[in-house]
Amino acid sequence: MADETPLLDELEKGPWPSYVKEIKRAAKKNKASKDLLGIQELSYKDRITHWKHGGIVGVTGYGSGVIGRYCDSPEKFPDAAAFHTFRVNHPAGWFYSTKALRKICDIWEKYGSGMTNFHGSTGDIILLGAPTENLQPCFDTLTENGFDLGGSGSALRTISGCVGKARCEWANIDTLDIVRDFTSEFQDEIHRPRWPYKFKIKASGCPNDCVAAIARADFTIIGTWKDTLRIDQAAVKNYAENGFDVKGLVVDKCPTDALEWDEKTKTLTLRAEDCVRCMHCINKMTKAIRPGVDTGATILIGSKAPIIKGAYLSWVLIPFIKIEPPYNEIKELLRKIWDWWDENGRTRERLAELIERKGFKTFLREMGIPPVPQMIYKPRANPYVFF
Amino acid sequence: MGRTDIGPPDYREMLPDVIKKNYGKWKYHETPRPGVLRHVSETGDEIYTVRVGSPRLVSIDFVRDLCDIADKYCDGHLRFTSRFNVEFITDSKAKADGVIAEVNKLGLPVGGTGNSISNIVHTQGWIHCHSAATDASGLVKSVMDELYDYFTNMKLPAYVRIAVACCINMCGAIHCSDLAIVGVHRRPPKVDNEKIIAQCEIPTTIQSCPTGAIRRHPDPNVKSVIVREDLCMYCANCFTVCPAMPLADPVGDGVAIYVGGKVSNARKPPMFSRMVVPFLPNNPPRWPEVVDVIKKIVEVYADNARKYERMGEWIERIGWEKFFKLTEIPFTEQHIDDFTHAIETYRTTTQFKW
Repeated sequence: MADETPLLDELEKGPWPSYVKEIKRAAKKNKASKDLLGIQELSYKDRITHWKHGGIVGVTGYGSGVIGRYCDSPEKFPDAAAFHTFRVNHPAGWFYSTKALRKICDIWEKYGSGMTNFHGSTGDIILLGAPTENLQPCFDTLTENGFDLGGSGSALRTISGCVGKARCEWANIDTLDIVRDFTSEFQDEIHRPRWPYKFKIKASGCPNDCVAAIARADFTIIGTWKDTLRIDQAAVKNYAENGFDVKGLVVDKCPTDALEWDEKTKTLTLRAEDCVRCMHCINKMTKAIRPGVDTGATILIGSKAPIIKGAYLSWVLIPFIKIEPPYNEIKELLRKIWDWWDENGRTRERLAELIERKGFKTFLREMGIPPVPQMIYKPRANPYVFF
Repeated sequence: MGRTDIGPPDYREMLPDVIKKNYGKWKYHETPRPGVLRHVSETGDEIYTVRVGSPRLVSIDFVRDLCDIADKYCDGHLRFTSRFNVEFITDSKAKADGVIAEVNKLGLPVGGTGNSISNIVHTQGWIHCHSAATDASGLVKSVMDELYDYFTNMKLPAYVRIAVACCINMCGAIHCSDLAIVGVHRRPPKVDNEKIIAQCEIPTTIQSCPTGAIRRHPDPNVKSVIVREDLCMYCANCFTVCPAMPLADPVGDGVAIYVGGKVSNARKPPMFSRMVVPFLPNNPPRWPEVVDVIKKIVEVYADNARKYERMGEWIERIGWEKFFKLTEIPFTEQHIDDFTHAIETYRTTTQFKW
């Protein structure tokens, strides 16, 4: 029970919307949320978590999608003694009809604590806190209403992508359709963990990378183009005449010095072969410059957080690939990667760590992908070369 | 048993009509005011998006409040962003103004666009995680209250992404954010020899250690492990795989602060964030020491960076020695990398500033 929460009450003050107010709101209707508030207050007092280690629970037919959690003081907080989380797969781009959202709320009002995360970092809707006996009926009701679980454990995790063509003029690929199509193709891999460790896929429509695919996915798809920027000179002139410093803020900041500015004619020219498609000029002159029309994606692999060997960013595997339904070439590549990783990976070894252990050269050979300079920043400096 | 393997609802059923009609046809966009975007289509249609801050950890009634607004102004549709903000998409400026009035009534801020500090990507903390070395939601609330004006304005040189992770598993985007707060331990795990036999797989536990600090117990009759404390840097990965090795500690635990990461490819390639404060204590409910450092870094950056220069780009230009000088953050031995490939981070040049 949590009738007094002096520490948490402090967090109801201040202008940013308060999660404590939200828990209190749920606690008015739901005992588990009331106990959640008590557990949080106790943690604030003790400066330590009050959740027991791990917890293996789930729903019939799946090995993933539910995170089990038990409070370490069940005698004090009986209504949150078992407080498990559902990961519910979001619709691509996190677009919702209010009808679908209200349905989720009604289901969670019946079976769970009434607390949620919109959303988890990987993209799922997080339904936070249900007792063990409610898991199966809640899941059954979710699927009856068109919602399925997302991934957890050593499985393919929920796939996510940026807003893409739905509301962005820079989308070089249809990220939402890629997310939808791949999620549907790989349902088995999402729901039934069978791999050495987790595997994430993210798709961004352009190199601005609004879902951080280069930092947060083992398999990173980023939209790009092969031809030249589309520059509307009249619009450029308009920017200059309205006092925008085209030379200082755009031309001089181009990383490869590929732009030239003619102050007299207020004309912007691009040496297309020198452009590395970083997006800066496009970002700053949204009405005047657009990506090219010969569009596709760069595929990068390997990003992960520090455990165990250190943090990685994804690096280039395929500089350019056309990316159109039914996406067979990419799906084939994914299956090839998974087969190799599944065969060679150690327990809890992410793909990048396996590639580092075996050598990128070995990986490329296994995948049948020829080496190209676009894969590296610079060639090796040491002479320790295998032939 | 119910249905399985149906996947999520098709996004195409979730799009407002004006988006369906203009899908892939957008021509340009602009930001008429903080928190509001205007997108113009090749078809001549235009839409206004109102971006609204959310605490992410919300009740179902919060979601229902959002639905009421979306029903009234947005054709019964809304979306969430990759930083947990809410977006209301409307087909006119008047409706956008209506949305703004409604969300203000609910006490929710409009902002997070352009050169602002948008929402903080964060994790579970003491709300739901067993391995948290700090809380997430409380830290986020404390920092965003202090930096609130940066959310509702666009007055920074470039946007500043902040992330919070409650342990060094770094769920979310810690390692690539302009500013990041990470929960850390400072005490080695205590091995429970009784529990370990029943609950842990010893080889997996040994393999989980990045520094090889975990060894089999020297007495072959004891089925357990020992921790070489001189090699342990308290990452807690052994605890993740073995519950009999807890290491959370109210005094030992706290947070580290990282700066200078980015994921966008604009100008410079993506960068990792780098540690600038090795440890600050957990001081709930407001974490004043943490909030002070974060605010100081943002202010120094805002005063010194050039236009469109991200935190990491600014530091690369001025040099780390100047960053520490300007922010008055003490430099310690913990700042110097001593993990694999650490030497790549040492200064192999005579070029530096006094």
